[in-house]
Amino acid sequence: MLSNYLSPEVIQLKVNVNSWQEAVRAGGELLLKAGKCQPSYIEAMIRAVQEMGAYMVLAPGLALAHARPEDGASLVGLSLVTLDHGVNFGSEANDPVTMVISFCAPDHHSHIEMLQALAEFLMSEENQQLLKTAQSVEEVLSAVG
Amino acid sequence: MKKPRVMMVCGFGLGSSMILKLTVDGVLKENGLSAETFCADATTATGEAYDMVFTSKEMANLFKNTPKPVVVIENFLSKQEVLEKGLPVLRKLIEE
Repeated sequence: MLSNYLSPEVIQLKVNVNSWQEAVRAGGELLLKAGKCQPSYIEAMIRAVQEMGAYMVLAPGLALAHARPEDGASLVGLSLVTLDHGVNFGSEANDPVTMVISFCAPDHHSHIEMLQALAEFLMSEENQQLLKTAQSVEEVLSAVG
Repeated sequence: MKKPRVMMVCGFGLGSSMILKLTVDGVLKENGLSAETFCADATTATGEAYDMVFTSKEMANLFKNTPKPVVVIENFLSKQEVLEKGLPVLRKLIEE
């Protein structure tokens, strides 16, 4: 269940940023503070977007930021950041982004269950909207069950 | 009836493509179809054995010289989009 991976410490709502880098950094900082990754992982997440383009903006307004295990991931982690105004990542189809979900995993498969729970939850547009417009951490936690 | 190898591709092969794989798996299941779905990253994708590709616009260029069907999906969470763009291709591969 998605609630297994989200706790108040990894959720930050209505954050004010002015660039996609700041948005990704905000998500990465939550993972770092929760002890899930090293500082290098945050830089790697930003580099990933720079090098490979905005493919991680995988649905309208939603970016899934991440890097590789070897970039500094320590544990399986997930963070949720919603933005108070959209920023562009360079995705033709899905900009502007108002929600950044960041994750890390120490290998290539430990996060599969987590992504499965995430995908199942997000496959409903209603749920996506719920997260994007949530006013409090409690709202998010009760939405993800 | 064949079981085609359906490859999902993203930058690292373990994030976005995995989400897309889950969406595609959902569409396959709901339509009673069977295929082997797997993920690949930008560097290993072209070396894999596959029958068709699902990927994003940004990654589609990797496959411009391949004769295999490449389906570009804009919303990796949309079963509807996968259904509309991918199901006809999948059916054709399975029924071949």
